[in-house]
Amino acid sequence: MGVFHSAPYEHEFHALAEKTGFSLEQISILHKRFMQLSHNEDSLRREDFKTISDLASNPIRFQIIEAFFDKRNFRQNGEGSVEEISFEQFLTVMSHFRPVPVHTMTEEQRESLRREKLRFLFNMHDTDNDGTITLEEYRRVVEELLSRSGALGKETAKGIADAAMLEVASVSVGHMEPDEFYEGITFDHFLKILNGIEIETRMHIRFLNMDTTNLCK
Amino acid sequence: MALGRLALGTVGASRRVSLQRGLLFLCALVLLLLSEAVEPLGASGSPGGAGDSSGGSHGLQKGCEADVTKSKHPTNRTKKPFPVLSFDYEHVKTPFEISLWVLLASLMKLGFHLIPRLSSIVPESCLLIVVGLLVGGLIKVVGETPPVLDSQVFFLFLLPPIILDAGYFLPIRPFSENLGTILMFAVVGTLWNSFFMGGLLYGVCQIKGTDLNTVNLLACLLFGSIISAVDPVAVLAVFEEIHINELLHILVFGESLLNDAVTVVLYHLFEEYAGVGSVSILDVFLGVVCFLVVALGGVLVGAFYGILAAFTSRFTSHTRVIEPLFVFVYSYMAYLSAEVFHLSGIMALIACGAVMRPYVEANISHKSHTTIKYFLKMWSSVSETLIFIFLGVSTVAGNHSWNWTFVTVTIILCLVSRVLGVVGLTYVINKFRIVKLTTKDQFIVAYGGLRGAIAFSLGYLLDKSHFPMRDMFLTAIITVIFFTVFVQGMTIRPLVDLLAVKKKQETKRSINEEIHTQFLDHLLTGIEDICGHYGHHHWKDKLNRFNKKYVKKCLIAGERSKEPQLIAFYHKMEMKQAIELVESGGGVKLPSAVPSTVSMQNIQPKKPPSDRAIPQISKGREEEIRKILRNNLQKTRQRLRSYNRHTLVADPYEDGWNDLLFKRQKLMEIEKKMSKMSNYLTVPAAAPDSPTLSRARLASDPQAYSSKPTSDDLPTIKVDLASPQSPDSVNLVNEFQKAATQNDPDDDGGLVMKVPFADKDQGEQDNKKEQQRLMRCLSDPGPGGDEEEDEPFLP
Repeated sequence: MGVFHSAPYEHEFHALAEKTGFSLEQISILHKRFMQLSHNEDSLRREDFKTISDLASNPIRFQIIEAFFDKRNFRQNGEGSVEEISFEQFLTVMSHFRPVPVHTMTEEQRESLRREKLRFLFNMHDTDNDGTITLEEYRRVVEELLSRSGALGKETAKGIADAAMLEVASVSVGHMEPDEFYEGITFDHFLKILNGIEIETRMHIRFLNMDTTNLCK
Repeated sequence: MALGRLALGTVGASRRVSLQRGLLFLCALVLLLLSEAVEPLGASGSPGGAGDSSGGSHGLQKGCEADVTKSKHPTNRTKKPFPVLSFDYEHVKTPFEISLWVLLASLMKLGFHLIPRLSSIVPESCLLIVVGLLVGGLIKVVGETPPVLDSQVFFLFLLPPIILDAGYFLPIRPFSENLGTILMFAVVGTLWNSFFMGGLLYGVCQIKGTDLNTVNLLACLLFGSIISAVDPVAVLAVFEEIHINELLHILVFGESLLNDAVTVVLYHLFEEYAGVGSVSILDVFLGVVCFLVVALGGVLVGAFYGILAAFTSRFTSHTRVIEPLFVFVYSYMAYLSAEVFHLSGIMALIACGAVMRPYVEANISHKSHTTIKYFLKMWSSVSETLIFIFLGVSTVAGNHSWNWTFVTVTIILCLVSRVLGVVGLTYVINKFRIVKLTTKDQFIVAYGGLRGAIAFSLGYLLDKSHFPMRDMFLTAIITVIFFTVFVQGMTIRPLVDLLAVKKKQETKRSINEEIHTQFLDHLLTGIEDICGHYGHHHWKDKLNRFNKKYVKKCLIAGERSKEPQLIAFYHKMEMKQAIELVESGGGVKLPSAVPSTVSMQNIQPKKPPSDRAIPQISKGREEEIRKILRNNLQKTRQRLRSYNRHTLVADPYEDGWNDLLFKRQKLMEIEKKMSKMSNYLTVPAAAPDSPTLSRARLASDPQAYSSKPTSDDLPTIKVDLASPQSPDSVNLVNEFQKAATQNDPDDDGGLVMKVPFADKDQGEQDNKKEQQRLMRCLSDPGPGGDEEEDEPFLP
């Protein structure tokens, strides 16, 4: 607790702060959490995430956990998934949710921030990493979202996913011949369709207000 | 009045409009004169005022020689001829005058919009005040005393509809996201304004030479607290027209609503102690406690009544006609109950409306929803109009005591304190906000702080014996109101354009945005849980789950309590599109958001995915199936004639063959259209007693329908939008294929469309084929094209 434990990690934290943009205080808090989850080991596994009780009621918990182990989110242009992650990789994934003061940014910076965050979402949906979200993948997304609503969910999920896909196709491509086939949602279409939600201002967590007493559960 | 009607009969050029308005004034005047002639209106009278005039004589001169007054002796009357026509204005005087004023107000509103460019330059509120001034002036010229806006009438009758309208349609998401900011502006901002203004005014009053020495500190502070509150009526009136972006709108508007609690407490505090002359520390402390009680108490009262209303609406499925009544009456009761205890009535109303809305709207029929919406808009519109007109009239009517120093200092201080307050508070608030408020935003928030009728009514309520300078106060208040409404109200629109402030986005919410908004919510909650910190999203998620698990079960009837939000949203969009489909009637182009030729077939994968095994059937077999289905379709069409109201989705026009034939025609048109259909009509299965369907069924008929317990009576039209195997074919299938095989035909003589499959594996095939089905939820088209609401009636 406190200064004693953070001493060996000081200079590593500095390097990480440079890389990810978190402040030192935030990094030390996250490090504590990392240690707690991994039971003081150096790496986290999927099972460790399953111990979080609050996550159990979240309908998309599997996707979230997968996102942590997805190499595409480690900002190193990797692909595929790993079995365990280090603290640095944990932080890198978390940095996607860092709050950024948007109003000081230029238009291009905002755009690239938006792309980055939407890329994260896109990767969560595109599980086979072929660069498009196919109908099947989208259906699975909607099914997961509705997974808490029981039997009612399955059929309607299909319908909703189909309608959503249709909308993306209508907006992005516009005119298609009856025998053409729309392969799937590419990243550009994804950007276009989600232009309305201001993702750069919504997709963040206030790391500042983390309550360290919670970490001592 | 006949003259007036004649002139009004033709809508015409502006000359006619001014002519009709002149005539209207004359008519109003004549009738007012008549009323005045009988009983002069006192200074505190108003059309809706005390019923003292109706007390005395009820002139029932119905011809009998009955006594009207007790003083007459029955014995010495001479026989009068039978009165064929008599004039007795007294006993209808009050309602007559009220109606006349309301009519005047509404006709004025009508008139403004007939003049082409006027309403785009001058906000309505200004025009109405001018009209009020003119009417008041006319009345005065004639020699009578014009009525003054009675505070009782204002607070009890004119204000609640406006607030309820605001509260019921309050956009919850932006409101709760910005609640901290709004509360800061409302509470701290109003406190700052009151004390700054009160203090400085006192300082000014002490300056020798302005003969304002009689005004003591507490009176000044009281005046400051009255004048500093931003007025919801004025803000609404002006901001509605400029279509500013959602964030700024909710900030200013939310502030105007929530500062009521502060105003109430400060007003009562200073009024209590202004007579005594001093305020102790204990009083200040009690004031703070009072504030908390007033605010939280108001909210609790409102929430209580809101839950009652939601609970009541659960049982109204058999008496749809009085559903709107519950909403209105419970809300009004919440307001009045809060006023009994001097809690904040406005906050009670807002809480009531906001709490009951999601549950009530899940329970009530589509028509009731429309009724509620339109009644609220209508009442709030009439109230607003009346308020502004009366402000104008009261200006002319009231006793004024003009003091240059006081008034000018007040206006200047109002502006200065508002700007300082906003800038200072924003500096503090921006430390806690992610989306910071820019200078432009601050300017709009400061400039949009309009004062209105609430300030006037509060000033009017002051007791003259305690406050000898009441008239001066009133004059100053009216001047400030005029200044803010006219100057700020008129210039805010060009300023918004000049500063290029972001405007409201008119885009409709798409299903993709909805999916991803929910996805994002869950994602952020998950990340918060992984971090181990209980943040904003965590608590919101917990609240939602609590809501879903316990509250919805209590307050929402039937199946809908389990319906997740995404599905509710989706059904609503389908309903909308189905209604559009029907209403576009014979139109060639299907009204869709984005015209495109993409249809479902472009999306369906060409190869069936490997996890489904569709039995491949030969072309010949397919033809057979199709022929069988078509035959049955024709049979069923003939059976349409003998429909039974319990089985068919209800049609608003119940009787007449014409409508049946009309329906059949539409049916065929719809089938044709389905082939070009683009979007949402892909509802698979809604249970027949699911609230969506039962609402559609029960919507139009006040009599009770009982939902059929068996699930196979509902006709559905399953339209295969060209799956790759077969070109367009129309299949009529039963919605629930499980029951298909065990069905008896015609068990109740109603329309029973069933799967006429000869053998089982065709049934299976249908089960597995991906097809889009159109649900006939077309019974309740609503009042027409402009029903395109800007806010969803399901959250």
